[in-house]
Amino acid sequence: MITKKTVDHLGWLARIKLTEEEKEKFPDQLNSILDYFEKLDEVEADVSPTHHVLGLTNVFRDDVAGQSISQEDALGNAPRKERGYFKGPRII
Amino acid sequence: MNVDGIREMLQNGKSVEELVHSIFDKIEHSKLNAFVTLAKESALEEARRVDKHGAKGMLGGIPIGIKDSISTKGIQTTCCSKILEGYVPPYDAHVIERLKAEGAIIIGKTNMDEFAMGTSTETSRFGPARNPWDLSRVPGGSSGGSAAAVAGGEVPLALGSDTGGSVRCPASFCGVVGLKPTYGLVSRYGLIAYANSLEQIGPFAGNVKDVALLLDVISGYDSRDSTSMTKKCEYLKELKDDVSDVKIGVPKEFFGEGIDEKVEKAVWGGIKALEDMGASYTEISLPHTKYSLAVYYIIAMSEASSNLARFDGLRYGLRLGKDKDWHTTFSEIKAQGFGEEVKRRILLGTYALSAGYYGKYYLKALKVRTLIKRDFEFALKDTNVLITPTMPFPAFKIGEKIGEPLALYLADVNTVPINLAGVPSVSVPCGFAGKLPIGMQIIGRHFDEATILRTAYVFERNGGG
Repeated sequence: MITKKTVDHLGWLARIKLTEEEKEKFPDQLNSILDYFEKLDEVEADVSPTHHVLGLTNVFRDDVAGQSISQEDALGNAPRKERGYFKGPRII
Repeated sequence: MNVDGIREMLQNGKSVEELVHSIFDKIEHSKLNAFVTLAKESALEEARRVDKHGAKGMLGGIPIGIKDSISTKGIQTTCCSKILEGYVPPYDAHVIERLKAEGAIIIGKTNMDEFAMGTSTETSRFGPARNPWDLSRVPGGSSGGSAAAVAGGEVPLALGSDTGGSVRCPASFCGVVGLKPTYGLVSRYGLIAYANSLEQIGPFAGNVKDVALLLDVISGYDSRDSTSMTKKCEYLKELKDDVSDVKIGVPKEFFGEGIDEKVEKAVWGGIKALEDMGASYTEISLPHTKYSLAVYYIIAMSEASSNLARFDGLRYGLRLGKDKDWHTTFSEIKAQGFGEEVKRRILLGTYALSAGYYGKYYLKALKVRTLIKRDFEFALKDTNVLITPTMPFPAFKIGEKIGEPLALYLADVNTVPINLAGVPSVSVPCGFAGKLPIGMQIIGRHFDEATILRTAYVFERNGGG
């Protein structure tokens, strides 16, 4: 059961600052979706999980450097940068 | 507007530049809101180059629209989300490299539900796209702009992406042909990820032949996608006017509760028409179908909650005024950058993956996915295609369903099982409910696009849709 408090915690885990309005509205919506998911409780699924359908495991290539984008291109979309680096908010 | 028609126009003396000009003129006066970003300069430059040096490649001089979730070097790509506002990719997706290598002309980026999460193209930050058959109705989603652009005669070809029906749903609602390839046939390099284990880039066109041609261009091995596979044949060459070897399975679960009567009738009409053309059919059962929607939404939301964590405004996209502390800065960017449906799915995905719930939701969904996949493999042993309605009903009104998330999710009932099983599926027009098109879904074995395209082709040529 998802309460306003759960939504608040999920917002923190996902790093999304939710508005009061969203915290009021989301619990009912999310609970009705979770109720629908309860359907799966009735299935006996004593099988291995399918992560994707191709059954591939590790795919390796030779360790040879290929082409990549330049530092200038990589920084081209950065809203804030400094001396060739992405600039983030202060940590401490 | 189709590829043969354009080639004829060009052979009769029309220049590619004139063609491209007329397309931009049409789009600028269009009410469909199918395109969200136009690549006017680069398209006209490429058009003049083709006029000067001649049309080369499989798509020489042919205009195409690209869903806003596919990276295009130098052309803004935003997944129709505010969080990617202003983002201009420094590289092309694999499919874009292939299109350019074959001479296609990229007209612009098409409208979609934000991050491909939707069935109606109403959650786009650029406003809803509209259905060319009735402007008060949705074109379907999430690749609604691509389907509307083709149906509205703005471009002959378009690319979409399909995670749980996002190519086939709008193809059905707009009366065009749309294909979701087998998982692994088309490289996902450069596709902005929503749910990696489910999605594929897929072609749209006004007819089956053009879809096969576009699939020929975009499919094949790419080392930059570790799930990429080598293709086995050339699809256009495999189109023959013969379905005498086609054994159709009709899964009863796909004609269940909630399917509009007119839709059911039109699809059965299509199956009988194929029988008259030499195919045979049997009614079959895919017993785990009823769990598909729950399995799909748990997996898609879980993958999304992880994928979308990368949008933090640090390397690209939305950044707000002055930075605050680390967590507050990112929490506020995501709060303002993501729309409501995206937030809902990230929150639920976060919940499904959190300690204590992982086994109940995510792991359980992956196990039931195995059962659903086995259903398809078993059914496709004695049959080589399955036929169902693509969507349970024709296009609904803009605003009609957007207030009820769960009701909207239920519309995907016939499309999501296909992504869970990873098999290919094409939606082809099969009739009308009033003035609204109806789509018939033809599903095939893994990597057997040739048979479903051939079935769709024969249907289309002999009085289908």
